[in-house]
Amino acid sequence: MTPLLQITGLQKSFGAVVAARDISVFARRGERLGLIGNNGAGKTTFVNLVTGYLKPDAGRVVLDGEDIAGLPPRRVRRSGVSRSFQIPQLFASLTPDENLLIALGIASEDGMSSWRPARSAAMTAGLDDLLTRFRLDEYRHHSIAALPGGVRKLVDVAMAVTHQPKLLLLDEPTSGVAAEEKFPLMDVIMRALAGSDATVLFVEHDMEIVGRYAERVLAFYDGRIIADGPPAAVLGDADVQRYVTGMAS
Amino acid sequence: MAGWLRTSAAALVCFVALVLLGRVLPNWFVLVATLAFAKGIVALGLVVLMRCGLVSFGQGIFFCTGAYAAGLTIRLLGLDDGVLLTALGGLLALILGLIIAPLLAGYRGIFFATLTLALSMIAYGILDKVSWLGGSDGFNLHAPSFVGYHPATPQDVSYAIFVLTSLATVVAAALCRIHFDSLRGLLSLAARDNEIRVEYLGASVRWVSGMNFAVAALLAGIGGALSALSLGHIDPDFAFWTTSGEFVFLAILSGYASVTAVFVASIIVELVRSYSSQYFPNTWQGALGLFLLLVILFLPQGLGSLLLVRRGKPKSQEVRAESGK
Repeated sequence: MTPLLQITGLQKSFGAVVAARDISVFARRGERLGLIGNNGAGKTTFVNLVTGYLKPDAGRVVLDGEDIAGLPPRRVRRSGVSRSFQIPQLFASLTPDENLLIALGIASEDGMSSWRPARSAAMTAGLDDLLTRFRLDEYRHHSIAALPGGVRKLVDVAMAVTHQPKLLLLDEPTSGVAAEEKFPLMDVIMRALAGSDATVLFVEHDMEIVGRYAERVLAFYDGRIIADGPPAAVLGDADVQRYVTGMAS
Repeated sequence: MAGWLRTSAAALVCFVALVLLGRVLPNWFVLVATLAFAKGIVALGLVVLMRCGLVSFGQGIFFCTGAYAAGLTIRLLGLDDGVLLTALGGLLALILGLIIAPLLAGYRGIFFATLTLALSMIAYGILDKVSWLGGSDGFNLHAPSFVGYHPATPQDVSYAIFVLTSLATVVAAALCRIHFDSLRGLLSLAARDNEIRVEYLGASVRWVSGMNFAVAALLAGIGGALSALSLGHIDPDFAFWTTSGEFVFLAILSGYASVTAVFVASIIVELVRSYSSQYFPNTWQGALGLFLLLVILFLPQGLGSLLLVRRGKPKSQEVRAESGK
């Protein structure tokens, strides 16, 4: 079976700092992958390269047969890639309701060229469904600034899934969230994505989260992938324990 | 669709009320209101632009385009239909806006503001020096006709221009209200808040900015043509930076939450200007400045915030956005 995502020879340097060294990796349709690595290992650079925020110096990023390497974020999004951010990128002066309406509007057939009312029946139905799936109902009219960190993360992810992406990248979805809220947060996200066949790549520092929600783990170190496999195997790998999890005996 | 109908019905009621009011109000007030509405249309364009986070200090370039298009059409072609001249002024300003928009759409903040100011001052320089455009003195316009109707007295001319300006005002206001409440309008607020996210969601910030800029140009052109017809005179001051500054003044005063507030603010400013110039002929600009200072101090979100509070509108989308708080 052809993988949904096939990356070959991806490279990126910032001056003398090599952030991505000849990365080659694939992802199957519907797969849940966890990306781990210490700070500066190249995880976010990898996400930025795939989603078009950064242009690779070399390499190919083929999604469903189309090479999207170097395309701007808007084009990458149209190809079926979406992402959330380590620091949620929301429209801070608007409510969660309005944030999601904008995301739904852009994802709709006629996009934002429409002069139709933002709160048309079709849009409201889509909005209500999204709010329910991500358990955001009670926060829908709150100010973004007043929302707890975890709720902001949920809004951020919910905005990313409005156009039913083929590939969804979540950059540290539980960072900045209280320890006891991390699992409930991931539960909500994974349940909301349950009916989708999107491939999900999530960057994560918490190995318990990775162990529970990832089917496959990619371990980054110094701009390279040093391990790729099922969670138990990768987390038990000697190099991963030495360079990533710091649990070497 | 209900929103469209409600807005259109409100616009129609406002237009009928204005037409009737124009018959009973004193002529001096009709003149003041005509100019206020014409300038309000330009300020409304600025509000459209401000909603996507851009402030133009050079709307004078489109204002003068509309005015000179109307004036030169009368002078060179002999066409004097007010409706045609207003449409032509708007159309030429729109074309100019569409030409300039791609050049400016990538700029933000002070760079955008300064570039628009520079363009309007180039236009001022050209108008000031080119003699067949009237040079620094400009030129006078004779009274227009209105779809075959030739007003007999100066009062009739004033009233006819007032009706035409009122029509342009309610149409512009209704379309802007529909625009603000649409997905496209919401996207403008999004582009102002977080450009990166807008791009990641698949929309183009440049496109949003460019379209809003073109709409602002169209409205400035219409306002310019109507002002020229109302004043009966055109000169390069239409493009001068103080004229552009006046539109920014109006937009700040009204805030960008309410369409109605733009025209209320415009009428207040014209009245303050009229009375101040009568009673304090040498210091009326100071009176206007003091007025703006008081508004910024006590109504930092503009006059529109008063109207929204009265309507009980949620704070999120409009008022809070407006102040950037």
